[in-house]
Amino acid sequence: MELSGGQIVVQCLKDEGVEYLFGYPGGAVLHLYDAIFHQEDVKHILVRHEQAATHAADGYARATGKPGVVLVTSGPGATNAVTGIATAYMDSIPMIVISGQVPTAVIGSDAFQEVDMVGITRPCVKHNFLVKDVKDIAATMKKAFYVATTGRPGPVVIDIPKDITDPNIKVPYHYPRDISMRSYSPASKGHLGQIKKAVELILNAKRPVIYSGGGVVLGEASAELTQMTQILDYPITNTLMGLGAYPATNKQFIGMLGMHGTYEANLAMHESDVILAVGVRFDDRVTGKLAEFCPNAKIIHIDIDPASISKTVKVDVPIVGEVKQVLEQMMHLIQEHPSKPDTDALANWWAQINHWRTTQCLEFDRNSDIIKPQAVVEQLYAITKGDAYITSDVGQHQMYAAQFYHFDKPRRWINSGGLGTMGFGLPAAIGVKLAHPDMEVACITGEASIQMCIQELATAAQYNTPIKIINLNNRYMGMVRQWQELNYESRYSQSYMETIPDFVKLAEAYGHVGIRVEKPEEVQPALEKAFAMKDRTVFIDFLTDRTENVYPMIEAGKGHQEMTLRVAPGTPIERELA
Amino acid sequence: MRHIISILIENEAGALSRVAGLFSARGYNIESLTVAPTEDATLSRMTLVTRGNEDIIEQITKQLNKLIDIVKLIDLAEAAHVERELMLVKVKTNDTTREEVKRLSDIFRGKIIDVTNGSYVIEMTGTSEKLDAFVQALDESSIIETARSGPTSMSRGEDGLHL
Repeated sequence: MELSGGQIVVQCLKDEGVEYLFGYPGGAVLHLYDAIFHQEDVKHILVRHEQAATHAADGYARATGKPGVVLVTSGPGATNAVTGIATAYMDSIPMIVISGQVPTAVIGSDAFQEVDMVGITRPCVKHNFLVKDVKDIAATMKKAFYVATTGRPGPVVIDIPKDITDPNIKVPYHYPRDISMRSYSPASKGHLGQIKKAVELILNAKRPVIYSGGGVVLGEASAELTQMTQILDYPITNTLMGLGAYPATNKQFIGMLGMHGTYEANLAMHESDVILAVGVRFDDRVTGKLAEFCPNAKIIHIDIDPASISKTVKVDVPIVGEVKQVLEQMMHLIQEHPSKPDTDALANWWAQINHWRTTQCLEFDRNSDIIKPQAVVEQLYAITKGDAYITSDVGQHQMYAAQFYHFDKPRRWINSGGLGTMGFGLPAAIGVKLAHPDMEVACITGEASIQMCIQELATAAQYNTPIKIINLNNRYMGMVRQWQELNYESRYSQSYMETIPDFVKLAEAYGHVGIRVEKPEEVQPALEKAFAMKDRTVFIDFLTDRTENVYPMIEAGKGHQEMTLRVAPGTPIERELA
Repeated sequence: MRHIISILIENEAGALSRVAGLFSARGYNIESLTVAPTEDATLSRMTLVTRGNEDIIEQITKQLNKLIDIVKLIDLAEAAHVERELMLVKVKTNDTTREEVKRLSDIFRGKIIDVTNGSYVIEMTGTSEKLDAFVQALDESSIIETARSGPTSMSRGEDGLHL
């Protein structure tokens, strides 16, 4: 079969089983778009801005585990995609980004819409390629998919000059079935000796904590983690990226940890003697002050990426391997081991944790006559029976979503954890809805974040992806305002927008339904009404308390044991903490 | 501590910038970097000299290993090794200094590879310390220019860095 470069790219996507291609056409990719026109297997989703193409592909990837695929033109098309590529990179999301490039003959001459895409994306991709020969396209595509989806996943950019996709130059097509690269061989099985050492520590622990993260979601190891945690009956905390990897409604779950994690999770980390860290990277938002991180604990760290181990926190037992395989190996050894966990120590440990739980650190004012953002998320959780896919943007609303939507399944919580990209939520929700058309998908956002990719309301209309937008509108960049209140004597420098659009009219202008909710008693009926409209995208604009802050909180530079709490006055725990 | 990291890397466009970019992005320091193709034309060998404590060097080698184009690497500071650097130095000469510079060059086993009425170009190889010592020994005002390759290095004995 002889194909042109453009046809080869599309045929490779078919051979990889790609369902959706998120993109935006332009000069350098016109040959490619013509090849797309002549087929129907790979469905193209036309976004309204290239950043949204990457976020939508990212949402699709996070919800399915399959790589998200993006196609953009050269120059501004490519640079617009960079934020989304960096977002995927920071959260290790498999993604293939095909960017057009000016013809090879003019590369380097500052040609129209030329930018050094390989150079610009180098620090925020797992790998990138510039294809210089039509005969190299198929092998490069195969390598790109292989690199993006194996080991620690990540985005891969393929930059293709326009002349390489010329419809008049045809070459025989062959898509390699397998690929091996001498310079790339990700580890799978963990070192048995290390796993044995870890098992000894785990079974002899008096105050154990399992601290698990996004690696468990990416590594499809949720079932293994859940089984092991339940057999051991050890407390488990998830990072922001790991929410859902362990069912939040199970009794062993002590909440998220870190800056806005629960009091019990952070205190348990601080007092622990053995920490089993699974698929995490000891991010600064999790550890707080490094010098005071888990002062008495032996730390076991399982991760697929050797560079994640001992990067910020020195660990005692490093295990490099796929979390799924390592947990299986570990489980097997635990079950065969003659000794069992110390039940007395464990009972004391749970009593201590349950005592910390009595702070009810997430509690908020339920009698307020202004809508509390936490109450909206609670209602959303109830109405969707905890079974929706939730995307979010970045800020206070993201933390409320993480704290109050109790994720019981992996891949349900879709947010930009590492890069913290505002504008992620709406396009990501479109990607998720395309992947799971029969599931409820809600985007929890704020009036500042949503405006960063608001144009994607048009994409949602064009492809009929009925999502629910939960806009927690406090007329501030809430998280910025909170930090300014705490650290800058409430000087709210530029965290307030003097003009905010009428979101109801805006939603209607794009062909959707808009609902404004101003009173607490209207929250539940509005959500019920919105979710009853199965085939419509509904934008629900909740006017929430302008002064509400996210608590509990570890302020910047402090340790886990120094949480700032909002506890109800007069309660026993308040007297104790005072 | 000073470390010499020897790297086998795919001989592809942009491979060098991946290494250089990694060092600048993560704030690691590069003292010198040399690169040239090997006897296998698909591979280049890079010798990189850096400084840092054990933790930093561990991160550097891990991060380098993560780069897809890097096939293999070794930290030569971990074992016995030999290293050589090439230096060309151009010095001013006149009737009174010509002999003295020649003698000094001989002591350091340098070779004079270009002569004019007013200058020498001296070629010298050795460890970086030896080249430093020679530069120190020269009259500073007589030096017109120096060009150094940065060290290149390999381990002693039968083992080596190969596929």
